[in-house]
Amino acid sequence: MKKYFIVSFDNEYDLVEATQEFKDKGFTIMDAFTPYAVHGLDKAMGLKPSRLGKICFGFALLGLAIGLYGQYWISAVNWPINIGGKPWNSMPGFMPIAFETTVLFAGLGTVFTLLWRTGVLPGRKPKIYAPNVTDDSFVLVLTEELSSFNSEAAEAISSQHRAVEWQEKLESE
Amino acid sequence: MGSHETSIREPLVHGNKNLKTITDDVVGIMDKKPTGLWWTGFLIAASALTLGIVAVSYQIMTGIGTWGLNKTVGWAFDITNFVFWVGIGHAGTLISAILFLFRQKWRTSINRSAEAMTIFAVICAGLFPIIHMGRPWMAYWMFPYPNARGPLWINFRSPLAWDVFAIGTYLIISAVFWYIGMIPDLATVRDRAKTKIKKAIFGFMSFGWSGSFRTWHRYETVYGLLAGLAAPLVVSVHTIVSFDFATSAIPGWHTTTFPPYFVAGAVFSGFAMVLTLLLIARKAMRLEEYITVKHVENMTKVIILTGGIVTLSYATEFFMAWYSGNGYEQFVFLNRAMGPFAWAYWIMVGCNLLTPQFFWFKKIRTNMLMVFILSIFINIGMWFERFVIIVTSLHRDFLPSAWAMYTPSYVEIATLIGSFGLFFTLFMLFIRYMPIISIGEVKNVLQFKGRSGGGK
Repeated sequence: MKKYFIVSFDNEYDLVEATQEFKDKGFTIMDAFTPYAVHGLDKAMGLKPSRLGKICFGFALLGLAIGLYGQYWISAVNWPINIGGKPWNSMPGFMPIAFETTVLFAGLGTVFTLLWRTGVLPGRKPKIYAPNVTDDSFVLVLTEELSSFNSEAAEAISSQHRAVEWQEKLESE
Repeated sequence: MGSHETSIREPLVHGNKNLKTITDDVVGIMDKKPTGLWWTGFLIAASALTLGIVAVSYQIMTGIGTWGLNKTVGWAFDITNFVFWVGIGHAGTLISAILFLFRQKWRTSINRSAEAMTIFAVICAGLFPIIHMGRPWMAYWMFPYPNARGPLWINFRSPLAWDVFAIGTYLIISAVFWYIGMIPDLATVRDRAKTKIKKAIFGFMSFGWSGSFRTWHRYETVYGLLAGLAAPLVVSVHTIVSFDFATSAIPGWHTTTFPPYFVAGAVFSGFAMVLTLLLIARKAMRLEEYITVKHVENMTKVIILTGGIVTLSYATEFFMAWYSGNGYEQFVFLNRAMGPFAWAYWIMVGCNLLTPQFFWFKKIRTNMLMVFILSIFINIGMWFERFVIIVTSLHRDFLPSAWAMYTPSYVEIATLIGSFGLFFTLFMLFIRYMPIISIGEVKNVLQFKGRSGGGK
């Protein structure tokens, strides 16, 4: 059975320092819940830089390919029409739309990947561990097997970093 | 991000806020009864919208012969309004994307409402080409899809087809950017909602946002990526709109300076409209502590810069007309300044060249009523800029026997008023029912030391 240790802070600085110490002391950090994107917390939690930049680049290339090849295929292969004597393959004239499809695919692809990976989707119910995390509370959730969790050490670190409150919860609760 | 703010710098938000009071203030607006000023604004806007709906229904049923166009001037009010509204739609993304990339922290109080304005302006802009097709129920023919007409595809060499893609992409990307930015705030509203129905609505709209930092971490990456994508996009949109004119062989339109000229003009008019709207929202929703005089001053400074670029463009056009040695080009510009539409030209020059110069004075920049009035003058001037470019280039063409004048019909004027109605109605509903200030971002830039601390 797993155990959760939930600590609340009233500002971002205490949260970041405490997170750093919990990590250094070998606790497993499940997640933090904050009202905004706290800078420096990713390093304290040991999160790797997101790979979404690469995803974005991939979608951009896809959009560019579809934009260029789609216009070429339609205008020069599928049904060529003589418009003012312009060549079937008017590549320079296809650039503006190819640019737009690049941006469109990159933007939508990245956002859909974000929503899918983080599970932030319409109809989802949020899992809330402590109140006010969307208002003014900064919460850190540690998790460990019940038998191996060192409650005293966790409480000591919490109080040392001016935590407002902390509580323990079992997985079933 | 390290903090290098000096204590001399004015605070971004007034009134000694802390995390809790920011939530209370912004979400509180949505619970409070609206002010009298809000109702006045909303009712005027809704009336204008009604007028517009009547006018558009009439012209769709009767045909676009109800307009004041003739054989010579075959493109006037509708495209003027289209370019005007697209231009207005440029400030929002500029504030949310380009100022974000430049790490301008003051943008956080105003980006949400500026982005909303962008979306509403692009909606207004998009309506005009659909109306001026005459058969709007065929609007989907603009998209390349396999069809039973050949398949007869669209012509990808046409700048008007580029427009469809540019405006469409811009609308989609700015709407996504706006909504993604709003999800954390919608969750804040959800967690404070008292009634069941409000909980359900905002629960659905906030997509189950829990404030998880693992989500925040990726979210921040995506926000940066979207800003990076939106910045070149915003430049491309008005560039492509200017291609509608620049790729034609009409004197007065056939210029390589059009793309930068249009983009600068768009930012100029967009910021003027943001000022007009925010000064209304600030008063109607009592947001003086969030949208401070400092914000207004910063925006007027952007107007001075872009107004300068617009002025330079006007001068360049005249210089190039003279320097090209092309008689037709020279005639068009002399005709603009001294012909039968000279009144429109001088309104444009007066509003766009002179008005921004008042903003050099701190006394005027910090006087909200003056800024409001001057911003309206710029809106008028920028509408006339498009009118002048379009109508004066057409009405006296190569053949003097074909020369004609253009007067808008009452249907066209009612449609223009209607588009303002649509724009303001949407904006008024937005400031009443949505978190108008980006709660998370304002909290983030204030760097509070504690629950009681005042923040720098």
